[in-house]
Amino acid sequence: MLEIKNLHARIGDKEILKGVNLTVPDGEIHAIMGPNGAGKSTLSYVLSGRDGYEVTQGEVFYNSQDVLALAPEDRAAAGIFLAFQYPVELPGVGNANFLRTAVNAVRRKRGEAEMDAVAFLKVARAAIKNLSMKEDFLKRNVNVGFSGGEKKRNEMLQMALLQPGLAILDETDSGLDIDALKIVADGVNALRSARFAALVITHYQRLLDYIVPDVVHVLVGGRIIRSGSAALALELEAHGYTGLEAA
Amino acid sequence: MAIPGWKRHDMTALPLKKLEAWRYTDLTPLAEINFSEAGLGVAPAALPDLGLPRAVFINGRYSHASTLPMPEFSPVHETGDLPLAQINAESAQAGLTIDVPDGVDAGAILLVSHASGEAPFAVHLRHRIHLGRGASLTIIDIAKGDGLYWHNPVMDIRLEAGAKLAHYRLQDESRAAFGLATIRAHIEAGAAYEHFSAIIGARLSRTEIHATLMGEEAAAHLNAVQLLNREQHGDFTTVVAHRAPCCASRQTVKSVLSGLARGVFQGRIEVDRIAQKTDGYQMSQALLLSEHAEMDIKPELKIYADDVKCSHGATIGALDEDQVFYLRSRGIPEAQARALLIRAFLDDALSAVRHVQARALFEAAIDTWWVSQ
Ligand SMILES: Nc1ncnc2c1ncn2[C@@H]1O[C@H](COP(=O)(O)OP(=O)(O)OP(=O)(O)O)[C@@H](O)[C@H]1O
Ligand SMILES: [Mg+2]
Repeated sequence: MLEIKNLHARIGDKEILKGVNLTVPDGEIHAIMGPNGAGKSTLSYVLSGRDGYEVTQGEVFYNSQDVLALAPEDRAAAGIFLAFQYPVELPGVGNANFLRTAVNAVRRKRGEAEMDAVAFLKVARAAIKNLSMKEDFLKRNVNVGFSGGEKKRNEMLQMALLQPGLAILDETDSGLDIDALKIVADGVNALRSARFAALVITHYQRLLDYIVPDVVHVLVGGRIIRSGSAALALELEAHGYTGLEAA
Repeated sequence: MAIPGWKRHDMTALPLKKLEAWRYTDLTPLAEINFSEAGLGVAPAALPDLGLPRAVFINGRYSHASTLPMPEFSPVHETGDLPLAQINAESAQAGLTIDVPDGVDAGAILLVSHASGEAPFAVHLRHRIHLGRGASLTIIDIAKGDGLYWHNPVMDIRLEAGAKLAHYRLQDESRAAFGLATIRAHIEAGAAYEHFSAIIGARLSRTEIHATLMGEEAAAHLNAVQLLNREQHGDFTTVVAHRAPCCASRQTVKSVLSGLARGVFQGRIEVDRIAQKTDGYQMSQALLLSEHAEMDIKPELKIYADDVKCSHGATIGALDEDQVFYLRSRGIPEAQARALLIRAFLDDALSAVRHVQARALFEAAIDTWWVSQ
């Protein structure tokens, strides 16, 4: 279970998160919607431990662990996974090497045996197939020259291999074609279990047709101003955020 | 035991900083040391082996640890104008002499120079490599040692038409040593000199390569990685002279500097009037891991032909923290993430090393460097 309590965070002098409260129980999928600049990506970065954000108030617990006290790599080992809105390119780093290094780093931290190259390749190939990706993606440098949609799929490949307990998907649907959207949704749905939770950040109701959320939250100006059922997304699609801000 | 012919060094012959070619590398600390003759030295317990035929020089003398027969050594007649080569000529008593006959593929050999001793001493090896027409050879050249010494080797290379020499050099000298290597390659038509240096050791080092492309379609690849920390100073200086049409030169130089380290890359490309259709490429990139590290890059193109393709570029930067975070967010510990990105930074220079054993040697040296950080 993820619990965010009165989270305030700023970048430099600028306060971006102004008291976020959010609880995602295991087994549930929550969507976060909100206008550009509302602080959605900021929230995802603060949860995953990126530098440059100062938490001035509040706390975050994941499975009773104090998330904010952990280094990013330890958060990953604890099961938190962020699918980046803008995945980073790593020239000179082979995708297969990267994936195996990540999987083994996490396995080591979790006290599991590391996977050798052969065992890993088998698992990776199967995951690649599930995502309808071409196998040569394993040979290429991480995200270098990948199309926007391919980068997003590569994020999903990492998620499939790292088997997180909490996935934060930051606009993973942006830039995806309809087939890819279904593939991503299938990837998330495949992880659905009583021990998995997800926070799905999106601008479009369409993704939520495929990944049906238990709760939809609306983040505006660094605060969650409304939460509701999946129907709330439809309402937002029809009327936008303007009416909500006053509420 | 005195070496016959050993002379006290004339330190006034050292090149000074006021010479343009020595602007970024100051040999004053070297000039202040009184070098004596080298003792016999001891071969380290584990000399690099690689299972290849090897020539081993310990403190400048041919060692019985060698498996290649002891080369004949003829006196040096230095005709060039490089001060370090002149100093070397006055003192050199030994060196590798190889002559590969026309058409022969001589495979790969290992050249090891090891130095160790108590008092400061100097080692001046003079290597001569000649490859006949269409001959080929790979030299894996390792310079190592302990203590304070001055290693001042000169390698003269002559490649006849169509010959191929791959020269992989690991400069892993003692951190107290001065390593000043001069390499001159004369490359005839259709011949290729491929050089890769991993510059890791020495307190102060300079690797200076002069490659002269004498016949059509000759090629020179002069690649290097410099990994320097603390107060190390490393200088990779190259002069490629295109003296015939349709020749190619390629250079990728990567420097990783931490602590107070200082790196230098000077790359001169000269294209003579007759050297039409020259294809020259030079790229120098530096990664500074500390705000106190410094890199000086000086590309210099002197082009007298009109139909040439010459490009050069230089970048200096730090590790990209977004990349570091991306890796860490996937569970990779910070130190490992940084090591991975540094290795990635070096990749385009390293991938030019096709020889499997040489490649493994460099990979291991880089790993060790990283672990010692
Ligand atoms: N490094 C930074 N320095 C200053 N302001 C920043 C920085 N990074 C983000 N911001 C600001 O923080 C606010 C929130 O940005 P954030 O990326 O979290 O928005 P978002 O809700 O994800 O928007 P979008 O829907 O466009 O992705 C924005 O006003 C943005 O300009
Ligand atoms: Mg965003």
